[in-house]
Amino acid sequence: MPDMTGSIVVIGGGTAGMEAAGQLAKAGLSVTLIEKEKDMGGHLKDWYHLFPDRRSSDEVLDYLNRQIDNEHINMLAGKTVSGFRRKGNEFIVSTGNGEDIKADAILMATGFDLFRSERKEEYGYGIYDNVITSSDLEKMFRNRELKLKNGKKPGRIGIVHCVGSRDEKVGNLYCSKLCCVTAVKQAMELRKNLPDCRVFCFYMDMRMGGALYEELYREAQEKYGVGFIRGKVSEVGVNIDNKLVVKVEDTLVGRPLKMEIDMLVLMAGMEMSEEGTRLAEAGKLKTGENRFFAPADHHFGSNKSNVKGIFYAGTCTAPMNITETISHARGAVTDIIDYLRNIKK
Amino acid sequence: MENEGKKRIWSDYQKEIADDHFFYVRSCIRQSFYPGSEQFFLDFMRNVLGKDVYENPSHTTCTGIGYHGDIVPLQTIMTVVARHFALMKESGYRNIAISCVTSFGIYTEILETWKHFPEELEKTREYLFKATGREFDIPENMAHTSDIIYKFRNEIAGRAKNLLINKKTGEPLKVVEHIGCHYAKMFPKFGVGGAEFPRVLSGMAEAWGGEVVDYPERRHCCGFGFRQYLVQANRGYSISNTAKKFSSMQPFKPDLVLTNCPGCNMFMDKWQYTIKEMEGTTYGAEGESIPVLTYEELAGLVMGYNPWDLGLQYHMVQSEPLLEKMGIATDKKDKFKTKDGRQMPIPGNLINA
Repeated sequence: MPDMTGSIVVIGGGTAGMEAAGQLAKAGLSVTLIEKEKDMGGHLKDWYHLFPDRRSSDEVLDYLNRQIDNEHINMLAGKTVSGFRRKGNEFIVSTGNGEDIKADAILMATGFDLFRSERKEEYGYGIYDNVITSSDLEKMFRNRELKLKNGKKPGRIGIVHCVGSRDEKVGNLYCSKLCCVTAVKQAMELRKNLPDCRVFCFYMDMRMGGALYEELYREAQEKYGVGFIRGKVSEVGVNIDNKLVVKVEDTLVGRPLKMEIDMLVLMAGMEMSEEGTRLAEAGKLKTGENRFFAPADHHFGSNKSNVKGIFYAGTCTAPMNITETISHARGAVTDIIDYLRNIKK
Repeated sequence: MENEGKKRIWSDYQKEIADDHFFYVRSCIRQSFYPGSEQFFLDFMRNVLGKDVYENPSHTTCTGIGYHGDIVPLQTIMTVVARHFALMKESGYRNIAISCVTSFGIYTEILETWKHFPEELEKTREYLFKATGREFDIPENMAHTSDIIYKFRNEIAGRAKNLLINKKTGEPLKVVEHIGCHYAKMFPKFGVGGAEFPRVLSGMAEAWGGEVVDYPERRHCCGFGFRQYLVQANRGYSISNTAKKFSSMQPFKPDLVLTNCPGCNMFMDKWQYTIKEMEGTTYGAEGESIPVLTYEELAGLVMGYNPWDLGLQYHMVQSEPLLEKMGIATDKKDKFKTKDGRQMPIPGNLINA
């Protein structure tokens, strides 16, 4: 598409924003990619291995960095968007430091925030030593520091699914979709790194709907001996030896359990990002019951917003994995190109 | 353990507690079993802090025990509570101070019901008016009396004569705080510090020099559980829950248990006696049982009130080991004497005495 001209502001430099920026630039469009952190990459740069094949996240990050290595992309890292306004067929996007950028279209790729696990007070995150989140565990894997607060290796590890997902108490009725497979992947990584440890997953339902997920679940049980207990953890405490005491009901055998473990990993769900929420209010963009951006149509307009010229990509619309995020970003690029062609007719 | 995490939770669950002019409603259980508690509250508020605390002699039970025992219907208890509000209105008060955690839970549950189902409020107004000719207003401020003592905990610390410090070792006394389920488990927003890591009692214990013990069964029911006890056939279930709690706290060697609920105080105190009788098990250090005190009793000890004026002798588990640690001297011969010096019968089989 060598005849394409136009300028696009992409807000958010995670997986969706990077992929979309790269594809837009390849089409000859001028792109400004704004990221609030000092580095591009979003949550991906904190992750260690990815499901289902446990490849290193660095490989995907390298791919995305190559995508944005393009002369048509102006990268503004460490900058926020304070707001935007329409002027004719154009938008004026204002950054936090007072800079105004003209754009023919805006792509929101503001991603997600991890559920703040301290909101599930009964699990004691931020209070009890050795209650950590899935994100904390990925950092431990990355830094090769898989240990308890006292420096010892954990012997018994619990993994709690659905932390902040499918939970009316915290106001999130939706499924975050990726936590089950993340738990399975992390359980296997734990067993691989600490062959003597025992791992127990506490789940409501195993939602293994992605490609190769079910196979991973089977492998976790057969090859790695991970225990899966169907029941939700009701509370966590500590005993005199500073071991975590977890109460849970095993709903398959209909018995309450009280288990002593060394480490508890909370599978934090995904929520609409604070940045996305702020921009939704500022730009009068509709949000859904789940508080993520509401697409114009769930079937054939998932990249379009209720405002002409503003588009969505990735997890700012709903929880999705890396594969889906990249596909969604490419879909947004198609819609943006189509939009630009129409307004210039 | 990180206290910063707890502080964050505590900051999320702060509540407005009135400063003065309280309409005080007593507890059925407390004024019978631990009468020094309410006596201390009234004396401290009126005579030490100079606050206005009013009691209306027409106040009755809230019928909470009957409600939780499935013999008093919701409409009836709502009308009884509405009558209490009518007495408050007639007396010219807007701030209600509730001595009992069960009542506090009943009041919060009813106010929330009326908020979400206004037609129930209108029906209750009608029932009360038809039955008594009375009308009522919703209180402007509602606090449990442990909230009020929490609010004034530093005033008590400022007047402390006996801190929660072991006089022999210089170490802080280890305090197990036990919050009544109906205080905040139903509506965390109505409790100081919420439901999971309540601050109301731990704040008092720390302000008075003690160290709060966290243990795995901290949140577990005291064993009362209403129907678990009220139905006689279920009492084994009740006592086994109490035993579970005490077994869990035992390794931490607590010096005392601090409660804010009448039922909890009663069951954690009396079931210790029963367990000792049944199987010889005790949970305190050196074969003793663990004294279980109300927050007013503890506040009174800290401020230097006479333990026998506070009614500690009416507990099943006697408090002498705790008094000794705090360096409080008592005269045993006064222990079971009336205010005018008459000797009362001395109970047998006192434990810890």
